[in-house]
Amino acid sequence: MILTPESVTRIKDAAALYPQAKSAILPAITIAYRQVGHLNPDLYGEIAGILDIPAVEVAEAASFYTMFPKEPVGKYLIQVCHNISCALLGAEGLLSYLQDKLDIEVGETTSDNLFTLVRVECLGSCATAPMMQINHDYYENLSRAEVDRIIEKLTAEAQSGGTL
Amino acid sequence: MSFYSPVRTNAQEAAKSDSLPLFRFVEDPEQTKIDTYEAHGGYQAWRKTLTEMTPEQVVGEVKNAGLRGRGGAGFPAGVKWGFVPKGSTKPKYLICNADESEPGTCKDRVLLERDPHAVIEGMAIASYAIDCHLMFIYIRGEFGYAADVMRAAMAEAYKKGQLGKNIHGGGYDLDMIVHTGGGAYVCGEETAQTNSIEGRRGNARMKPPFPAVAGLYGCPTIVNNVETLASVPHIINRGGDWYKTLGTEKSTGSKIFSLSGHVRQPGNYELLLGHNLKDLIYSPKYGGGIIGDKKLKGVIPGGSSTPFLKPDQIDVSLDYESLASAGTMLGSGAVIVFHEETCIVWIITKLIRFYRHESCGKCTPCREGTAWLELLINRIEQGGGKPGDIEKIESICDNIMGRTVCPLGDAAVMPIKSAIAQWRDEWQYHIDHGKCLVETKCELAPGN
Repeated sequence: MILTPESVTRIKDAAALYPQAKSAILPAITIAYRQVGHLNPDLYGEIAGILDIPAVEVAEAASFYTMFPKEPVGKYLIQVCHNISCALLGAEGLLSYLQDKLDIEVGETTSDNLFTLVRVECLGSCATAPMMQINHDYYENLSRAEVDRIIEKLTAEAQSGGTL
Repeated sequence: MSFYSPVRTNAQEAAKSDSLPLFRFVEDPEQTKIDTYEAHGGYQAWRKTLTEMTPEQVVGEVKNAGLRGRGGAGFPAGVKWGFVPKGSTKPKYLICNADESEPGTCKDRVLLERDPHAVIEGMAIASYAIDCHLMFIYIRGEFGYAADVMRAAMAEAYKKGQLGKNIHGGGYDLDMIVHTGGGAYVCGEETAQTNSIEGRRGNARMKPPFPAVAGLYGCPTIVNNVETLASVPHIINRGGDWYKTLGTEKSTGSKIFSLSGHVRQPGNYELLLGHNLKDLIYSPKYGGGIIGDKKLKGVIPGGSSTPFLKPDQIDVSLDYESLASAGTMLGSGAVIVFHEETCIVWIITKLIRFYRHESCGKCTPCREGTAWLELLINRIEQGGGKPGDIEKIESICDNIMGRTVCPLGDAAVMPIKSAIAQWRDEWQYHIDHGKCLVETKCELAPGN
């Protein structure tokens, strides 16, 4: 099992809330993602076993939702919003600044496995643009100086053995 | 005092006003706690509903108030509730739609993060109106913080007897589930959202049957936007007659506008419907004018799927009818502003990429059409546009419009058609010269 006993319990608790167990697929996927950091077919099998439904139903749903990476990513998944409100306030510049700073292209992970950089569609933070999401947190009203501070803080956190 | 999101609001104005109820307490950091919410008059409407009103009276009051859906479609909420078949023995479900993802829109997030009990109270009252005993809130997956706030508020509401069994001794049972999404714009559409809660892919369903007849698990289901539901307790407390004195005759009440783009003071502002758009953009109380004192080029008034307005069209009232007369829509109330140093083709590349990415793939016109549109529009933006491309884009748009199961296809083409109609010479210049007429200057601020 990849899922920890705690995750299994959480999935079972979620399933008990709904009129139909299948409704717990998205909650289960979310719980698995939060534990592992990405999704994969082994996890679909485990979730299917817990919910007593075919694994293909879990895989089918998971493949639809873009929020969950389907391959391993760095410790910090940086998701830069590049939609209109953010673009008007420099989202392209934010992306290239991060590319230069981290020395990776969009879609890549730094060699120390700390940062993965991706571009995403609107995150609903339009009046505090430009913005990015790192793992589960939003970082809003960004500037070059602010990005410097955030990356510095996360790098220090990782070096001191901090957890997600 | 700091909040998770530093977004600017006009809460201070709302606190002094008698007619801007939604933002009254959104800059009180204690408002998320149930004791504070109750001290501010919260859950009184829920108690009144359970102890003094029949479901028909609740529906009647909301109908009388004229409250229209704040998610984008503007359909009267009370009328929608009335569509649940009378005497149906099936369970009924209420879903609060918190899948806020229309580009430009960030208003529901303020309510979810800063006034969660107002949302829960509105959901509870709506549930009672349709005889629902299990209500859901569908929060977009990326709003992790909002979901945490909502779960904590829900736990408090159970603990204090606002949810659960035999609420306020009136014999009514009501449970609640916080359901989070997985990053799919289309799940903001009510039938796709229903599929998503059922554990399926978020494809839209053919209508009819409408969700009010056969929605979640095949049962009567009402899907309402966060802001719509948060407005309901005020209607119950003060009456539909009071609510309809706010706003205009046909667009009653207040509405939150998300102002973004090239304005000095982007933010979420609660205004009475009928407020002047130009004032929202230029008033020192709200937008404060265009950054760098540049000239305004255009405005998207109601979220990324609504047609553009040019500077000579912005002296317009922000209500459903006036914006329709101006050839656009109030939509979700997301006002996106851009100045003269912005290429219209560049703007459209951002929008079409979004709709191509978010098309669920079910309907061929939308799936294939958005992909071809993106290809053609990118080609023009990159300087490789060919004669006839504009007409080709218009033809593809016409073949998507009205030919898909859900409104995502229409949403994709409306801004494109409008951008061509409003700035056709700029598109033509792009093709003829292989470059922008105005070079876009949207740079990341250096900060300090």
